[in-house]
Amino acid sequence: MSSLTISKLRKSFGPVEVLKGVDLEARTGEFVALVGPSGCGKSTLLAMIAGLETISSGEIRIDGRLVNSVAPKDRDIAMVFQSYALYPTMTVRQNITFGMESRHVPRAVQDEAVKRVAALLQIEPLLQRKPGQLSGGQRQRVAMGRALVRDPKLFLFDEPLSNLDAKLRVEMRSEIKRLHQRVGKTTIYVTHDQVEAMTLASRIAVMHKGELQQFDVPRMVYDRPANMFVAGFMGSPSMNFLSAEIGDEQGSTLKLANGDDAPLTLGLASPLAGRGASRNIILGVRPEHISLHHPERVADKRAYALASAPVEIVEPTGAETMVGLRLAGREITARFEPHEAPEVGQTVTLALDMSKACLFDAQTERLIN
Amino acid sequence: MTEATILAEHGSGPSLRERLQHAMPFIVLAPSLLASFIYVFVFTIWTFYISLSDSSLLPTYHFVGFEHYVSIWANKRWTIAYSNLLLYSVLYVSLAILIGLGLAIAIDQRVRGEAIWRTIFLYPLAVSFAVTGTVWAWLYSPNAGIEFFVRSLGWTDFTFRLTTDRNLAIYAVIATGIWQSSGFAMALFLAGLRSVDPDLLKAAQIDGAGPFRTYRKVIIPTIAPIFIAVAVVLLQFAIRTFDLVAALTNNGGPGIATTFPATYVYDLMFQRGQIAEGATAAILMLGALAFVLVPYSLWLVWRRRRESAHG
Repeated sequence: MSSLTISKLRKSFGPVEVLKGVDLEARTGEFVALVGPSGCGKSTLLAMIAGLETISSGEIRIDGRLVNSVAPKDRDIAMVFQSYALYPTMTVRQNITFGMESRHVPRAVQDEAVKRVAALLQIEPLLQRKPGQLSGGQRQRVAMGRALVRDPKLFLFDEPLSNLDAKLRVEMRSEIKRLHQRVGKTTIYVTHDQVEAMTLASRIAVMHKGELQQFDVPRMVYDRPANMFVAGFMGSPSMNFLSAEIGDEQGSTLKLANGDDAPLTLGLASPLAGRGASRNIILGVRPEHISLHHPERVADKRAYALASAPVEIVEPTGAETMVGLRLAGREITARFEPHEAPEVGQTVTLALDMSKACLFDAQTERLIN
Repeated sequence: MTEATILAEHGSGPSLRERLQHAMPFIVLAPSLLASFIYVFVFTIWTFYISLSDSSLLPTYHFVGFEHYVSIWANKRWTIAYSNLLLYSVLYVSLAILIGLGLAIAIDQRVRGEAIWRTIFLYPLAVSFAVTGTVWAWLYSPNAGIEFFVRSLGWTDFTFRLTTDRNLAIYAVIATGIWQSSGFAMALFLAGLRSVDPDLLKAAQIDGAGPFRTYRKVIIPTIAPIFIAVAVVLLQFAIRTFDLVAALTNNGGPGIATTFPATYVYDLMFQRGQIAEGATAAILMLGALAFVLVPYSLWLVWRRRRESAHG
């Protein structure tokens, strides 16, 4: 049973096409994160789900009901805005009850609902205050309270944490996750922060230039990104991309051009068969899949490709150390345990975990399975 | 390093040039500060002093106490002037706000040619009260204005003579004042409406509030400070009303029906040579202005303090 189904959704503002045929679906109780860089159309998509933007073509169904031309108030949704959008002249309590008052919900029911939500979010002491007297985190909580009190079919979040400072953002993130686990409402969550998407979502929809790039569980989006955009967007620091050519007829090695020096040959974990004419490949390796070569530690030698590379820059972050190296003439970043990190000027032998590497077609930039 | 500091290092203590640089802001500002001080405070005190004297054509300084402040309230022209002012202030301010707000809300609905509408409604403000008064005097005039026009169309019984009727003339003044000022109120309200966070409107939409409820409960309370600002500005326009009446009803006509405090002051001081009584009326006007502006300034200070306290 899916509580949100979007098919072939398009949106254009004049000649500019913001959404180019998006298909998306959220099962009941699911937490779907819409993630992408700014201008990718994710907020427009959310506004269209909410009914705040018109639909150029395609359809949106909530709980099976076509809502293309249903007013926002009749869609049975609740939304949390980036700016929180709390009514500044009303108290917290009035903010929470405003929607119910508009719907002429009886007083007793309202009081009961406010009590329930205030207890859930621990905002009882704030009920008589005005939004101007609240801190960022408290406002965030009240905004969620206003959404929760409705008991809607669908919860929409529009970058709710981006106005908070880094520490509070992490706290509120886990609070949202806990809240979702407790309430179990279908949630669509827009963010530009891939970490937020990874930590919160049961499925992630990565968007770019008005198109859905990939829609899958976080693990798959991270490990098997559908294309180079997804691969580069998810994960920080980004995946390293190395252009290469298939090295032999069996497709079991990659050849990386290395300036005037002899090309570097890397063995593949599983051979690439039947590539025919398109021999140009992009090798994608995440920073954490690059390690220093220790002959005694590697059990399955075939999975690792060895290459030597000079160290150019070392950036300790505390828990881990990012190291910039030069591999076959290209800059790459590797993630090391602090005590293992090499020093600038050293040349080290790297072991690239080819079983976890991603290969992309150089023309289409799509993942080769 | 500037020349001044070099000089300072050589000499002992600050050089003349350095001292001059420090004093420059004061030197530049002094004339206007001095002029403001003299015109505002010295002349106010002087006027107040004269109002306590028995001056007639020329100022004398024979102190008679608050005698004029008592006797002025026995003067029919003054009580008419003050009650006119009261009626005018209430109707002019409230209706100009109401019409201005209505226009602003109408224009805020993304009408086509918004800039043109805005200009049209704001235009009266660009015209001085004297010109407004003159033009409307023609429009109200039975021989040249609206009545003449409608009659020339064929309705020969049509009468529209606000300014010649003793009981209605004040409403002609009020209507003209509103015509002049509602565009100003509109401009401020429109700016306020535009400054409302669009997310608030979306939130209200999702909360199921219709347009009327959204305006009443969300938007208008949010722009409440603008109401106060507009009301204060219009109120002090109202209290100072002089040129409008001078041009529109020929300085308070018919008879004394549209006398205002300012026209009364002018009359006493410059026409009749009763400087002490005129000064008394002027001080009472100042009192009325202070009654409006002092609480407003205090309120502004209080609000700023409160905002900075809450960050």
